[in-house]
Amino acid sequence: MAGTSAGTAPPAVPAVRVPRRRGTELTLLVVAVLLSVYGYCAVGLAKNDTVPPGAAGYGAGLGVLALVAHLAVRLRAPYADPLLLPIAVLLNGLGLVLIYRLDLETPHDEAAPAQLIWSTAGVGLFIAAVLFLRDHRVLQRYAYLSVVTALILMIVPIFFPAVNGARIWIRIGGFSIQPGEFAKILLAVFFASYLAANRNALAYTGRTLWRFKRLQLPTGRVLGPIVAIWLLSVGVLVLERDLGTSLLFFGLFVILLYVATGRIGWIAVGLLLAALGAFAVGSLEPHVHSRVEDWLHPFASIDAGRGPNQLAQSLFAFAAGGMLGTGLGLGHSILIGFAAKSDFILATAGEELGLSGLCAIFLLYALLVERGFRAGLALRDAFGRLLAIGLASILALQVFVIAGGVMGLIPLTGMAMPFLAQGGSSVVTNWIMVALLIRVSDSARSQPVPTPAEAE
Amino acid sequence: MTRYIRHAAAFCALLLIALLVNATRVQVFQAGSLDANEANRRNAIVRFEQPRGDILVDGRPVTGSRDTGEQLRYERTYKNGPLYAPVTGYASQVYGTTFLEHAEDDILSGTDPMLAPLPLWNDITRAQNPGGKVETTIKAAVQQAAYAGLGGKRGAVAALEPSTGKILALVSAPSYDPERLSGTDRAVADTWAELNSGATKPMLNRAIRQTYPPGSTFKVVTAAAALDSGAVTDPDAPTKSPNPYTLPGTSTQLTNEVDGCTNASLRYAFQWSCNTVFAKLGVDTGLDPMVGTARNFGFNDRGLRIPSSVAASNFDTSMDRAQLGLSAIGQYDTRATPLQMAMVSAAVANGGSVKAPHLVDRTTTEDGDVVDTAGTKSLRQAMNPGTAAQLREMMTQVVDEGTGTNAAIPGVTVGGKTGTAQHGIDNSGTPYAWFISWAQADDDPEPSVAVAVVVEDAAADRGDISGGGSAAPIAKAVMEAAIGAH
Repeated sequence: MAGTSAGTAPPAVPAVRVPRRRGTELTLLVVAVLLSVYGYCAVGLAKNDTVPPGAAGYGAGLGVLALVAHLAVRLRAPYADPLLLPIAVLLNGLGLVLIYRLDLETPHDEAAPAQLIWSTAGVGLFIAAVLFLRDHRVLQRYAYLSVVTALILMIVPIFFPAVNGARIWIRIGGFSIQPGEFAKILLAVFFASYLAANRNALAYTGRTLWRFKRLQLPTGRVLGPIVAIWLLSVGVLVLERDLGTSLLFFGLFVILLYVATGRIGWIAVGLLLAALGAFAVGSLEPHVHSRVEDWLHPFASIDAGRGPNQLAQSLFAFAAGGMLGTGLGLGHSILIGFAAKSDFILATAGEELGLSGLCAIFLLYALLVERGFRAGLALRDAFGRLLAIGLASILALQVFVIAGGVMGLIPLTGMAMPFLAQGGSSVVTNWIMVALLIRVSDSARSQPVPTPAEAE
Repeated sequence: MTRYIRHAAAFCALLLIALLVNATRVQVFQAGSLDANEANRRNAIVRFEQPRGDILVDGRPVTGSRDTGEQLRYERTYKNGPLYAPVTGYASQVYGTTFLEHAEDDILSGTDPMLAPLPLWNDITRAQNPGGKVETTIKAAVQQAAYAGLGGKRGAVAALEPSTGKILALVSAPSYDPERLSGTDRAVADTWAELNSGATKPMLNRAIRQTYPPGSTFKVVTAAAALDSGAVTDPDAPTKSPNPYTLPGTSTQLTNEVDGCTNASLRYAFQWSCNTVFAKLGVDTGLDPMVGTARNFGFNDRGLRIPSSVAASNFDTSMDRAQLGLSAIGQYDTRATPLQMAMVSAAVANGGSVKAPHLVDRTTTEDGDVVDTAGTKSLRQAMNPGTAAQLREMMTQVVDEGTGTNAAIPGVTVGGKTGTAQHGIDNSGTPYAWFISWAQADDDPEPSVAVAVVVEDAAADRGDISGGGSAAPIAKAVMEAAIGAH
């Protein structure tokens, strides 16, 4: 059986039958697909008073994708968490609905068909990952390959022209990808692997500062990686003008370091470095500086007579939604402009589904994250635990950074709302992440249920 | 490690809570101010999402809507735009609304909660009501006669039904087509610039927003004050007025355009518009009675709305006797809107009672269900009914055999008063020609129309400008139309 903890001691008592919950998953998948189709129909009815002609095809397509993914899980990860796949399908389906809805306002620039193709590719990779990755610990072997690939992926866009101020794209012909997205997973794999291997060295060596044991810092030799990663993230930020990704990588590393070592000192160092870096870049780098200014004064451009900027438009959209939203298709978040379908997709959700809909979306993400953490808690191998925590943290951080940005909580950074936003690289990456979570949760849940004695 | 995983999970939960709190902050607590932000285009989009309700004259719409298919979807159109511009105003995507379009915007745009079938219905359905209709008191024939009478000359006409205060005509010339301000394209901005830079100020509503020195037409007010206060008890008795009259405390001598004003009676002085008699009469009557009567006619009222706000007509409340003498013949600081002078004429015609002038007869939903009906409201009693009867007689004499014969209509009792108002530094400006009047068909129980006409025709030869010459024929045409439409 794939992913079981074959190396650990066999259960001392007769095995309790572990519930697989595949039926639950299938039921939830049906609900997710029906909800998406309902949203699709609601948009059409609101905008054109008719059910969109493609409704049946859309529903069938999404249903088939969900079904095949479900079959792959049933076949190769039968103990996997039953919530992961339905949540991913629902978020992806909802994202397609929102993009389709915005497409109706921009008939010459349709994004939903491409997004559907990317989603299909994402589900394809999901299936491939579930089918062919039999044990997540295999990934540990490729830690250094992962980090090298990640670095190459991150550096390559520097040689491509900037798009909307950020150098995070590779464009070949009409085809563009955002390699930083894939780098997320590779870095998570590397961090988990590195920390799993070195956690004792990191946790128990070093000198004590201020005589507080908790503030004990590692030696310079061991401190090297975090400084390297920090410099790398700031470097990425400066060269590619990508505040979001650098924040994500840095946050991911600090969280994993803390989980691996339990040393508050790491967090102190991390926060200090992050604050220093953010302050330096925020005040020196013009592109980032303007983002910070926009965040502090979202209506400055209105006062200056230049009309509302994107952030102000986004805030207007959220406000227009209020508690219950305007209803799908009935909002005007297209006023946000060119990034309405990508970075600002949440504003459409906020306007048309309201605070209630937004809470539901946040809770879906929260469930996804929580399920990742739960898998991490249940796993026995350090790499698997850190990988699960890493993937869950990426999701949590990314949702926080982009949602906080478009709602004026923190400075705006160009990032994609997982599954919801337009963006091929993003949706493909997210499906791979869910595949990995499925894999680790399968390992976690297929472990024999610990006896009361073991659970202590 | 388990403990630290829980810490990390708690951290992620904290991030989520921060997002939820922030979403609540934006969507609930800040929503009101964000929705109200003027830069928030949603307001405009919702506003123009449906056709605007119509403004009706004689039961027929003088407005319309055009579906442009653009983001601000429905544009306002106007039938006979220049004719009705002083009534409707404009409703522009770019420049907002004026006059009825502004005053009745809630009805026309459909936001008035009274349009909803049930209270709070729209709060539940989030639906918007179709725009309601505004039925005006304007009579098309009267409006048309006034507009044609002015013939593009700078000036204004206001016509009222004396017994109700219904405004039958409200014309300002030169005018403009408000439809040219509908829409969002370049031409709208060009039109706006052109209309605002023009020396003739076509967007100025001269009938209710411009005040003029009323000249001799103000003598109606002075006569009412003199009769009511007892300064004159017998209109036919000599008034002991010298000619010329030296304003008290000055060496300024006032003269007349006509003969026979020395020691003339009130009746004669009214009929032939003797400045000397009326200036002395104002001084004799005294400041307080003069101010009181002027106020009762509607002067110094800053709150008059028809429902568009009307510029306040002015009669100074503290003056020396010389200034009071000049004010009594409608000069010095005395200023009046054409609507105000129509109210003066209407008060005489209506037994001294000033009815609240109003432009909106009733408002209805799109389906015609009545939302609000305007009733006749008395503003004030401007003078005793007996005084009003005496003034009616004197005004009739003006038209029968005085300065206002140009306004006479066969088979109709017409009362009037001419005026020629000097203005400008040392009276250098081209004088304004005034005529105020009322008319009562012989088979009618009471006067059916009161009119005020002002012509500020800079092109005319100065000698030809007199109320009787250029303004009275316009008033006549308006009264004829009103009696015909009555």
